[in-house]
Amino acid sequence: MAEELKLFRTWSSPYSLRVVHALKIKGLEYETIFEDLSSKSASLLQYNPVNKKVPVLVHNGKAICESLVILEYIDETWKQCPLLPRDPYEKAKARFWAKFGDEKLSSSIWNVLISQGKEQEEAIAAAVQNLKLIEEQLQEKKFFGGEKIGYLDIAFGWTANLISILEEIIDLKLVDEEKLPLLSA
Amino acid sequence: MASEDVKILGAWPSPFVMRPRIALNIKSVNYEFLQEQFGSKSDLLLKSNPVYKKIPVLIHGEKPICESLIIVQYIDEVWDSGHSILPSDPYDRAVAKFWATYIDDKWFPGLRTISRAEGEEAKKAAAEEVTAGLVLLEDAFIKCSKGRSFFGGEKIGYLDIALGCFLGWLRVTEKMGNLKLLDENKTPNLFKWAEKFSSDAAVKEVMPETGKLMDFAKVLLAKSKAS
Repeated sequence: MAEELKLFRTWSSPYSLRVVHALKIKGLEYETIFEDLSSKSASLLQYNPVNKKVPVLVHNGKAICESLVILEYIDETWKQCPLLPRDPYEKAKARFWAKFGDEKLSSSIWNVLISQGKEQEEAIAAAVQNLKLIEEQLQEKKFFGGEKIGYLDIAFGWTANLISILEEIIDLKLVDEEKLPLLSA
Repeated sequence: MASEDVKILGAWPSPFVMRPRIALNIKSVNYEFLQEQFGSKSDLLLKSNPVYKKIPVLIHGEKPICESLIIVQYIDEVWDSGHSILPSDPYDRAVAKFWATYIDDKWFPGLRTISRAEGEEAKKAAAEEVTAGLVLLEDAFIKCSKGRSFFGGEKIGYLDIALGCFLGWLRVTEKMGNLKLLDENKTPNLFKWAEKFSSDAAVKEVMPETGKLMDFAKVLLAKSKAS
């Protein structure tokens, strides 16, 4: 079946990486188009006129935007290796924490980066608090999705990489092995 | 299905609280509506939504579900009575979810900006943004409805609920600001849709009456000026 599957992304965008991971887990072949955000291509603007952002997935001419929306689309269209839990309550929880990750967690971590002195101390406390909440969701499981990587692992994937980079930049430890043992693993 | 214990924690003026209530009405599910007191948060709310401490919360049996659009999706997945709220086709679902995200992240904050705007210039600019957003949504409506009455087609769906819940506040903002936001000329389809949505059986009883909402808004405004 010759299907057209294209992903518009940038190499660094964590939101784009979510889609890359999902497509990989599903074993799908696709074409990657790297965008230069300072000079967006006509195609990107055509496929995502509202937000003009990456990632955008184009499947047989139809454009899907917003990384978490794309994840659900991929999961519903290709049924192998399910990403989201089947149980509606577990699904609702996964969606809730993914949203939390995008809203509260990412802004609290960003605040740590851009603030200094006392403000930064407070920002760190807030970020660690948020990370603790995520830690609780892991409980004793290997992944948020249980034995296998799932929707929430993909949604949080950016934390693994980005946080260690930020820690290096600002020379601080956010994901302390003592305080957050499960998350650092 | 045997009647289960279904509660909604919320408040009558909140558009976000309207969303799950409409969804439960579509599914003909009985629920207990527990109203929060304005200005304070109940123990039950703090226990059910410790992260955000916000309404609405759906409590199904012992399980709390938070975030209005997540709740609507949950309701659609648990109860198959009435009609489906989300479309069945994955692409149509993705389109509906995309626009719902746009409404919450971009459009509604624009609506709020109008009431907080200081001075005529700022108010006008904010109003223009809201109307521009509605023009985008008019286009989305034409594509999604395919000539039928609602975003969801013949019956109210996810995107109707996501946008329609704000109609009460939209009308209040128009009246209080002496503005025209939902313009019959610029967005004729949405204008007609608004009437149909508001008078739908699943919506009528939970849509706050504009006068009552305006009184509430005035109280809110007075309180925020006083503090």
